Amino acid sequence: MAQNMNQRARRLVMGIPLVWLLLLFVLPFLIVLKLSFSQEQLSIPPYAPFLHWVNGLPQPLLHISNYTFLFTDPLYISAYLYSLKVALVSTLFCLLLGYPMAYVIARAEGTARSVLLMLVILPFWTSFLLRVYAWIGLLKHNGVINNILMYLGVIHQPLTMLQTDFAVYVGIVYSYLPFMILPLYSNLEKHDVALLEAAADLGARPFTTFLRVTLPQSVPGIIAGSLLVFIPAVGEYVVPSLLGRTDQLMIGRVLSDEFFENRDWPLASAVAILMLLMLVVPIMLFQHSGGRQMESHR
Amino acid sequence: MKSSGWFPRTMLAVGLTFLYAPILSMMVFSLNNSRLVTVWDAAHSPTLKWYVELLGNDEILDAAWLSIRIALIAASGAVVLGTLTGVALARFGPFRGRTLLVGMTTAPLVMPEVITGLALLLLFITLQQAIGWPRGTGMVTIILAHITFCTAYVAVVVQSRLVGFDESLEEAALDLGARPGTVFFRITLPLVLPALISGWLLSFTLSWDDLVITQFVAGPGSSTLPMVIFSKVRLGVSPDVNALATIMVLFVATGITLSALWMRYQNRRRERDMQLAAAANQ
Repeated sequence: MAQNMNQRARRLVMGIPLVWLLLLFVLPFLIVLKLSFSQEQLSIPPYAPFLHWVNGLPQPLLHISNYTFLFTDPLYISAYLYSLKVALVSTLFCLLLGYPMAYVIARAEGTARSVLLMLVILPFWTSFLLRVYAWIGLLKHNGVINNILMYLGVIHQPLTMLQTDFAVYVGIVYSYLPFMILPLYSNLEKHDVALLEAAADLGARPFTTFLRVTLPQSVPGIIAGSLLVFIPAVGEYVVPSLLGRTDQLMIGRVLSDEFFENRDWPLASAVAILMLLMLVVPIMLFQHSGGRQMESHR
Repeated sequence: MKSSGWFPRTMLAVGLTFLYAPILSMMVFSLNNSRLVTVWDAAHSPTLKWYVELLGNDEILDAAWLSIRIALIAASGAVVLGTLTGVALARFGPFRGRTLLVGMTTAPLVMPEVITGLALLLLFITLQQAIGWPRGTGMVTIILAHITFCTAYVAVVVQSRLVGFDESLEEAALDLGARPGTVFFRITLPLVLPALISGWLLSFTLSWDDLVITQFVAGPGSSTLPMVIFSKVRLGVSPDVNALATIMVLFVATGITLSALWMRYQNRRRERDMQLAAAANQ
């Protein structure tokens, strides 16, 4: 009896989220996939029905025209490549800045460590949109950075920083930095100090110890942090919209424009499916590394 | 512990400056009299006039109220679903569908928001055509979407809290004859309570902050605060947004500082109680 109830409770506990996520996370992707093979149509909703009735039998309509269109118009290919480039460069800068930060925090003691950690997390709790917006005021032609540099006499003409690749890198590194630091920190924090001391006792210089002991051990943290930055950065919409170039769009913006401006839902779906295909390998890597991280906690 | 060298320390300083300079500059310029945002009008500043203007802006106030209601409901829903997920993943051992559940809770953490937003909207429209629900897009669809992406975050927080505790407490209670439901409410729930609170706060923030997914599922007529801010700042910098940002930053900073102090107080009290208990035993 109790065993029975236990079983039923267990099934309920795992069943409810399973059903919810299947319905609101997996099913939507199947709909996107289906719609990407449909055709645009002037109706509400603006796409042709999936099934076409011939002699009382349903005939599925599969159009690959959306995909062929994506590959023939250079706009889309360049948007995909540009997004990959922006995401890669931003991830690299995040790592270069985030690794030393995580390293110092992990080596700090007691109160200093918790204060530093809080300082890194705090911006994450404040509005992402507003923090990106703040960079407009800094990077503008007559913005804070130009004003300071001109006041100091470093430059005599204001630099053009807004609506450049540079501004997008700054915006993405800035908003995703905590996602890089936190996995690195939780990895570095677990390192055994005895290993470092042993290396030092055996005469290794600090930099050698770092390269041969610390760095190899922190690879899982590097992978997790980089993927947490890279994957969402590919589809980033807010940062390039506010800070980025107007002559070269990122793919997230293209998707949104196809959907909202051109109301071509099937094409927007095809853009989404291709983006997902690009990200399948990184997402699976992330799940794998995330899963391993969870196991190692046990 | 060994202290780190000069290079990482410098990078830490650079990084923290990088994180805080934009926020500070926004706060300073929220007190600026000039509409030209970045030109400091020394004669008439500091002034609170943008704050006054903000309080009279019905569009922003309405949007903020809508966002608060959505975030309250979405965070609470996500805590329930996320806790169930976390408990299943941390305590149930291997079961059929576990890999699927793990996948569905880690993928939303990194999924580009434009994809999730598009997918959810298409789902809602398909459902509407098939079963007539939800009727149109608006608050309900926003809440459903927010619960879905927040659940993943709560699940991760709850799960990592649960795997930090071993199961012997729960097993002992079961051995002593407690029903599974009692064990859950008397033992498991109090253990994960801190995770539930931080999961709820995290979900509230994520929901309150979300622009991209919301834009897809909101439909005409319901504008959340991020949507209003985005349409304002797309046209350029506006000083009342600086004031709004300052209020939000101060609110969050106060909240986090208070909760950190409270946790420290709780830890100290626990340590003192343990010392007293140890002394009493002697």
